[in-house]
Amino acid sequence: MINSLDKLFQFNQNALNVRAFRQQLLASNIANADTPGYKARDIDFAAALREAAEGRPVSATSLRVSSDKHLAGAAKDDPAAVLYRSVQQPSIDGNTVDMDMERNRFAENAVHYDANITFINSKIKTLLAAIQG
Amino acid sequence: MSLLNVFEIAGSAMTAQSQRLNVVASNLANADSVTSANGQAYRAKQVLFSELAFGGATGKGVQVTGVIEDPSPGKQVYDPKHPMADAQGYVTMPNVSVVDEMVNMIAAARAYQNNVEMLNTAKSLLLKTLTIGQ
Repeated sequence: MINSLDKLFQFNQNALNVRAFRQQLLASNIANADTPGYKARDIDFAAALREAAEGRPVSATSLRVSSDKHLAGAAKDDPAAVLYRSVQQPSIDGNTVDMDMERNRFAENAVHYDANITFINSKIKTLLAAIQG
Repeated sequence: MSLLNVFEIAGSAMTAQSQRLNVVASNLANADSVTSANGQAYRAKQVLFSELAFGGATGKGVQVTGVIEDPSPGKQVYDPKHPMADAQGYVTMPNVSVVDEMVNMIAAARAYQNNVEMLNTAKSLLLKTLTIGQ
């Protein structure tokens, strides 16, 4: 029973984790809008969620080995491979933060996070309804 | 907990931007100070921003690594009656560009506002997370 409950919420938990991680990345982008040389970063959400669902974070920086005797790369804490954003309007100080885009994504990500919590809550309500009748 | 990092990131950015605002205030206040403790005209100051990593996390805050003085020469104004005038009658004014400083001030204020909103969003998300299952 506990195991199936765990499975029921696993997907939403993964999604929340990836959303929270992305929120932190976007916050870094907005915070560094005036830092010379800062490169804006983001994740591919679909790929990140797929990796999280498979339970094995495969990041772009993990080592590729040609023999199983080679050292394996240390597992990273990040739930997803962090990519650099391609720049639309480059600035002379090397900063690639586009504030409008970052603000949009920040708001969008927050709404998705919110929606996810609503889904979890309604799942819990459904379960309670089934239990209590 | 990634969302808690947002507080640190936004907080560091707010500290950095308020420091920038402080420097702007100092520059604007001293836009006409022809002399200072070292006997020279006031020189405009600028803050240097750089990334600040949080314990190996991917999240990056902002820190002020230093305050530099603008090396450009001050404006020479001809005023032989002025007590600070040199032998030719010229007074060296501070190299503060008031227009540049005003633009800098608005940019710093907007960036600060952005960070406050970011903080509020993160706070409401966390509060909402705490109400899961209620």
